[in-house]
Amino acid sequence: MEFTLKTLIFYGFALLTVASGIVVVTVRNIVHAAFSLMVTLFGVAGLYVFLQADFLAATQVIVYVGGILVLILFGVMMTSGRLEMRIHIERGQLLLGAVVAIALLMLLLAVIANTPQWKNVADDGTQLQPTTESIGTLILNGQFLLPFEVVSVLLLVALIGAALISRKEVRE
Amino acid sequence: MLIDYLPILMLALFAVLFAAINLALTHILGPKRPTRAKLSVYESGVRPVGDARQRFTIRFDLIAMLFIIFDIEVVFLYPWAVVFKKFSAESGLFILVEMLVFIGILLLGYIYAWKKGGLSWD
Repeated sequence: MEFTLKTLIFYGFALLTVASGIVVVTVRNIVHAAFSLMVTLFGVAGLYVFLQADFLAATQVIVYVGGILVLILFGVMMTSGRLEMRIHIERGQLLLGAVVAIALLMLLLAVIANTPQWKNVADDGTQLQPTTESIGTLILNGQFLLPFEVVSVLLLVALIGAALISRKEVRE
Repeated sequence: MLIDYLPILMLALFAVLFAAINLALTHILGPKRPTRAKLSVYESGVRPVGDARQRFTIRFDLIAMLFIIFDIEVVFLYPWAVVFKKFSAESGLFILVEMLVFIGILLLGYIYAWKKGGLSWD
């Protein structure tokens, strides 16, 4: 394989993702873990760019880095009260987590190996079309119309849940 | 094209480097003569009261959820807007209604949160 600047940047993003992911699960300070997760999510967005999934990459940054991470930090602020709360992990939980992680890895590897289109595809520099238009077409021409509307119901449930939780404190 | 992302990558790199270099330089070059007043928490000149590290009210949860949900709504609006013109000639009204239903369902949740008093701060 030819080693170009592109490969270098790709491995840079891969290293960034994996290294910050390891920091997330090993660091004791929960806020440090949350900020490290931000780097991981950014790295994944970079990997999406390399897969030429431009819409997904932008969504990753907007929703995960911009939104979900704020929610995680809010969660810390609203539960512990002390930002420097330490994480204690029981040995049994560690083992269980390792088993689940390895099982998930095996599942993903099996899916990758058994999907013919993904098998040993070298990056031959093919330029794919920008994905936003095809996503829009799939939503609008009826094929994914129902899932699209169901998504709004799902979001509605989340919103009502949040409204109920924040009401609870007012009554107390 | 991948090369189109190069400016974004450079912008991100410059942003990180700018912050890192500035922080490092002030750490290295800045003289450190701490006094009691200098070490106290900066509270716009007012004497700090209590501890900043306290439990925040759960009501911020609703604000965060509202943000994320309408964030996701905008993400879905984008591909819809890109192809709207292409579809508008044959089924313009249908896809307009389609998006209005999507927004309408979310608006329902917003009205619910509003009427429940989740947005008032008393």
